Amino acid sequence: MTTEIVIFAVLFLIVSAMGFVASRWRRPDDIASLHEWGLGGRNFGSWITWFLVGGDLYTAYTFVAVPALLFGAGATGFFAVPYTVIVYPLVMIVLIRLWSVSHVHGLVTPADFVRARFGSPTLALLVAITGIVATMPYIALQLVGIEAVLKTMGVTGDLPLIIAFAILAAYTYQSGLRAPALIAFVKDTLIYIVILVAVIYIPTQLGGWASIFDAAQAKFDATPAATDGVLLNANNQLQYVTLALGSALALFLYPHSVTGVLASKNRDVIKRNMSALPAYSVLLGLIALLGYMAIAAGVKPIGTDVNTVVPQLFDRMFPDWFAGVAFAAVGIGALVPAAIMSIAAANLFTRNIYREYIKRDATDAQEAAASKIASLVVKVGAVLFILLIDPQFSIDLQLIGGVIILQTLPSVALGLFTRWFHRAGLIAGWIAGMGAGMLMLYNIANPATDHAHFGGSAFALSKLGLDTKMTIYAGFLALAVNLIVALLGTLIARSAKLTDGPDATRTDDYTADQGDPRVHDLEVTSST
Amino acid sequence: MTTPRTDRSPWNWLLLLPIAIPLIPALFNAVEPRLFGIPLFYWLQLAFVLVSVAVTLIVYNMTRRAR
Repeated sequence: MTTEIVIFAVLFLIVSAMGFVASRWRRPDDIASLHEWGLGGRNFGSWITWFLVGGDLYTAYTFVAVPALLFGAGATGFFAVPYTVIVYPLVMIVLIRLWSVSHVHGLVTPADFVRARFGSPTLALLVAITGIVATMPYIALQLVGIEAVLKTMGVTGDLPLIIAFAILAAYTYQSGLRAPALIAFVKDTLIYIVILVAVIYIPTQLGGWASIFDAAQAKFDATPAATDGVLLNANNQLQYVTLALGSALALFLYPHSVTGVLASKNRDVIKRNMSALPAYSVLLGLIALLGYMAIAAGVKPIGTDVNTVVPQLFDRMFPDWFAGVAFAAVGIGALVPAAIMSIAAANLFTRNIYREYIKRDATDAQEAAASKIASLVVKVGAVLFILLIDPQFSIDLQLIGGVIILQTLPSVALGLFTRWFHRAGLIAGWIAGMGAGMLMLYNIANPATDHAHFGGSAFALSKLGLDTKMTIYAGFLALAVNLIVALLGTLIARSAKLTDGPDATRTDDYTADQGDPRVHDLEVTSST
Repeated sequence: MTTPRTDRSPWNWLLLLPIAIPLIPALFNAVEPRLFGIPLFYWLQLAFVLVSVAVTLIVYNMTRRAR
């Protein structure tokens, strides 16, 4: 046990030191500007982008919570695989246009884009607030990952967690996006090693893959619940599909994934990455199966915290020193995305709230300063989530995050393709979708955790009066409500001749690439 | 000077394949045939990753700009 803690602590400290040195990496002339601090100067090439985007999409939460889902419910937890398969082609179609228009108009956040496209500060504010609110529980969940590891090592109490986050806060403050980009190399290398060893070594110890799946089957057969099993049943297939699609659509609406994509050098870097990133999806699928390995190994979660099953599995199967490496991989895996997420949320605050409503004539240096402080505030908020709220509840908050971020899809993602919607219609749609989403989530109970409300994302269609046992992803239904209201609202606004906002973008802005005279090289020298 | 650019390409339609295929449970919701003891449900969905890689690579190569 001591060996584990020593190795964990040493690796953690090495990585933290890297975070502080990162501000000198790739030598920015002046880090005191938002482009430099918050987007790393926007000229990351393929490799760095690959690690950066991969680093923020596959988090400590994925590492512990996805296998925990399979451990608890079986096949439905595997939705994470189709979800990460369909997300890349979607990005290739959608986010690539955001890259172009952002580089022509100097946009940093999704809300910036909405402001330019629909000429509506109100809509931009709604998009910004949605992004910030949806990101906070996501950061909090990274802490749940670290907490699960610490618990397994026998470290209890809140202090270690607070120290870990204080270190994180200090080096993000110092180095901005460069810190997570540099650390992502270490994190991914560690995770790859640990997972490869785990999926090759552990099955040999458990009698092979067939007996692992047999053990899982036996466990699910023994439970009274009808929703678990190693295969989907007739009632949860729709949920599985809509959850995979809805999560994929939500993923690239999150401000942090937009940040990762915008930081790349040109369109080809993004496209090349979309074919390289699925390597992570294979990894994720293998990680997910750790949940079944835990069943076969007879692992029991610590208390009611199912997130501890993977750390517990490592603790049981690996020699102490390698378990230490594995725990460090999870811990560091939590810090990278947490840093990127807090930077993205801070960018949103600065660009769309601070500069729009508080200080219109802010200089670049003032913007960067405001952003750094906002990122601290966001992280403190995330720590409070964990300290004040039961971890199980924080996972439910993350579910809510996914449902609410989806409500920005009509203005952000559809806005990249069409200017047909009226800003009033989009605002009405956002309100309706948000209301419907909250109402549905409120009515989802989870008997397993004894929560009467906000107990998951599978909404029973029978609650709408349909004679079926089928469930559907609540976010998907909320998005449908949003789209219908946005559509009707637009038609009404048009016929009532409400003034529409001006569109600052042109059709060919969406296809501009590096080398185009209109595409700004947003290195800081041009903006100071 | 630059000619008007467009990101419309017939190759982009290919991207619909890796989006649609993983969303059809009828294709993979079964135990048999197993691969190395892993039920179809799991190994086939992992194999879809290869479809996604192949398609995105093809589209990338067919739509990239001449250097």
